[in-house]
Amino acid sequence: MVSVNYYIILSAILFTIGALGVLIRRNPLIIFMSIELMLNAANLAFVAFGRSFELTQGKPFFTGQIFVFFVIAVAAAEVAVGLALIVEIFKTKNTVNIDEVNSLKG
Amino acid sequence: MTSDLIVFILLALIAVASALGMAFSQNTVYAALYLVLNFIVVAVFYLLLGAPFIAMAQITVYAGAIMVLFVFVIMLLGVQSLPPAKTLPWQKPLAVVLAILLAVESTYLLLSRAPLTQALAAPDASANTTSNLQQMALALFSEYLLPFEITSILLLVAMVGAIVLSKHEKKAGSGNGLG
Repeated sequence: MVSVNYYIILSAILFTIGALGVLIRRNPLIIFMSIELMLNAANLAFVAFGRSFELTQGKPFFTGQIFVFFVIAVAAAEVAVGLALIVEIFKTKNTVNIDEVNSLKG
Repeated sequence: MTSDLIVFILLALIAVASALGMAFSQNTVYAALYLVLNFIVVAVFYLLLGAPFIAMAQITVYAGAIMVLFVFVIMLLGVQSLPPAKTLPWQKPLAVVLAILLAVESTYLLLSRAPLTQALAAPDASANTTSNLQQMALALFSEYLLPFEITSILLLVAMVGAIVLSKHEKKAGSGNGLG
């Protein structure tokens, strides 16, 4: 049987890969995908902890899954706005390299 | 080594490999496809954890809607691969060191604060029947009704925001403003 610790370690590894992608990539689309990966890792930890609590308590427990449901909805909203912003930046500056998007730097 | 553990390790290897492929692939379309694979593997993990509704929502919303939007934007902008830009020389080593630190620390903190060593039972038949879904819906629409409604407003705001961001103002005098 698989212990909840394995799921937590996998979740930490996936979160780290997402953070690494945010740190080293210069393409905002891939940075965005890395953020989605981090959200997914957190969701996996939510469901694993919820399952563990459910087995400890011996009765159904849905709070972890409902949090994941809300996270998925928020991620959908975030992607809609974020991709619209990326398209606008591309139309204005004709590039998506985030090193060249520094107009606020002065 | 039990069969459960073998299945878990194989799935975890696929998940980590596809996540690494996403983070390091030079072609944005490949990265999107790797991420779809990762989302599907995580959906299988949800099934193993006895959360069938979340698994299906993950596949329809994440692997379906969100990634289609990503691929659509990649195709629209034509940025399948960026020319290699000059980066700071110390950025990658520093990022790798910081990421390893993050992995070690988060694993240590999560495991030390929650020392749960009991095995997770495989989902029994009750996890896949409609009663499980009914109970979750009851919790969602009674205890979590207010967050649910706020989420619907958030989605509406995001939709209006996306439309406003991508709408182009007509020059003054060239239209009646209804375009």
